[in-house]
Amino acid sequence: MSAALEREWTRFTPGQRIARWLVWLAVVASCVWAVRTIEVIPEFLLDAPEQMADLLVRMWPPDLAHYRMGVHDALVETLHIATLGTVLSFAMAVPLAFLAARNVCGVAALNWLANLCLVASRSVNALVWALLFVAVFGPGAVAGVLAIAFRSVGFVGKLLAEAIEETPRGPMEAMEAVGAPWGHRMLKGLWPQIQPAFWGIALFRWDINVRESAVLGLVGAGGIGVALDDAINFFQWDKVATILLAILVVVILAEIVVTRVRRRLI
Amino acid sequence: MSAGLSIRGLSKAYVPGKPVLRDITLDFAPRGVTAIIGPSGTGKSTLIRCINRLVEPSGGSILLDGQDLVPLRGRALRLARRRIGMVFQEYNLVERLSVMENLLSGRLGYVPLWRAWLRRYPEEDIARAFALLDAVGLPDHATRRADALSGGQRQRVGIARALMQRPALLLADEPTSSLDPRTAVEVMELLTRLTAEEGVPVIVNIHNVELAKRFCGRVIGMHQGEVVFDGPPEAIEPRHLTQIYGGEDWM
Repeated sequence: MSAALEREWTRFTPGQRIARWLVWLAVVASCVWAVRTIEVIPEFLLDAPEQMADLLVRMWPPDLAHYRMGVHDALVETLHIATLGTVLSFAMAVPLAFLAARNVCGVAALNWLANLCLVASRSVNALVWALLFVAVFGPGAVAGVLAIAFRSVGFVGKLLAEAIEETPRGPMEAMEAVGAPWGHRMLKGLWPQIQPAFWGIALFRWDINVRESAVLGLVGAGGIGVALDDAINFFQWDKVATILLAILVVVILAEIVVTRVRRRLI
Repeated sequence: MSAGLSIRGLSKAYVPGKPVLRDITLDFAPRGVTAIIGPSGTGKSTLIRCINRLVEPSGGSILLDGQDLVPLRGRALRLARRRIGMVFQEYNLVERLSVMENLLSGRLGYVPLWRAWLRRYPEEDIARAFALLDAVGLPDHATRRADALSGGQRQRVGIARALMQRPALLLADEPTSSLDPRTAVEVMELLTRLTAEEGVPVIVNIHNVELAKRFCGRVIGMHQGEVVFDGPPEAIEPRHLTQIYGGEDWM
């Protein structure tokens, strides 16, 4: 009885405690180092509130008439870029996801190769992809669609591969025991299990792509970004305000649509 | 070779040098229910899964109606598996599909991909699925999703799916272990009755000795990868159970 009372419980071993303390030290040290090396120009920082207020005054009131004269068409083009880009990205991402999922593709070299493609796609920002495709295809919506698609492949492929890997093995095993060929097993064993994840990812990525494609125009890849860039270059701040408002409204509408559709699907 | 299943010198080692099954030789009649009993980890599941090659045997042969299943690969293996139905402990239904589609999945070895894709299953398959739903006591559940069913109902669907294959042999891996005692009896009753009607031999892994004695015409007792008892349920004596499970305190 007394022996039981004397036993002591500690959450961490001394080694773990030292390791945790070192991690905290490293975090604090890197923050201090980051603040000291980042080059903040005090003059710009100090008059930032003034500049901000000035900008807002110039923006008000927004030139709402401008919406119908150029913003609307650009906005629709942006939505088209986002939607086509998402569809195209899925066409590329689905095969890669299957190759990357270890429970579907047993060849380690292919898993590795597919993951490399996915990481490569993610490591390049949509704007950089857009610069590349503007150089290849010239300015316009084609470059925008391809930029969105190539940036999305990594994101979509990774999440899909994870969804595939997380499916319970049981139903697939049952399909195997039935003597179903590979395609049948994927169609009736795997697809129903990943369906909610698939549509969830598709809607989420479309939602992101609507926002991303709004800035692609800054590098000439079509959409509302072109209108925004022009307005900024001509210092037409009331038009800039209109465009920003239009983007805000579209993003909010997209959010509402996505939430509703997702609730239906899952 | 005769009809039915015949296992010759089957062995399996997941890790070399540590055999789970040691030189199993068994013959099964083309009818009737055979129970395999034994403690956990003694190779019962491995034995069952070696038969339809969900587990790869290390040696020996498994003859179904004279055909050796062990060397089969690819398409030939699939064609052999079509003739072997399987019922799982965790049911292994596709949760998000309807009961009807789960049943029709039993035909996936026979139906072309485009038909499965468009859900244009042959009329006779659909008719059989409805008949089996009636037989397992779920006549009104065709359009319900599998995840809306209780455990007992799911296992009934599992049995119906296996029978959709019109199998020459039915394997059941602990079909009642996830069920309450009463449902377990009902499911065993259903399994033995339907397979008797269709003339399908059954091999069932089972933890519950009483259920095995009650429903099975033959009991095989395993201990550490070897068969230590093989006979009718009436012949099981306490000493046999001691031999199978070890110790006596639990009896």
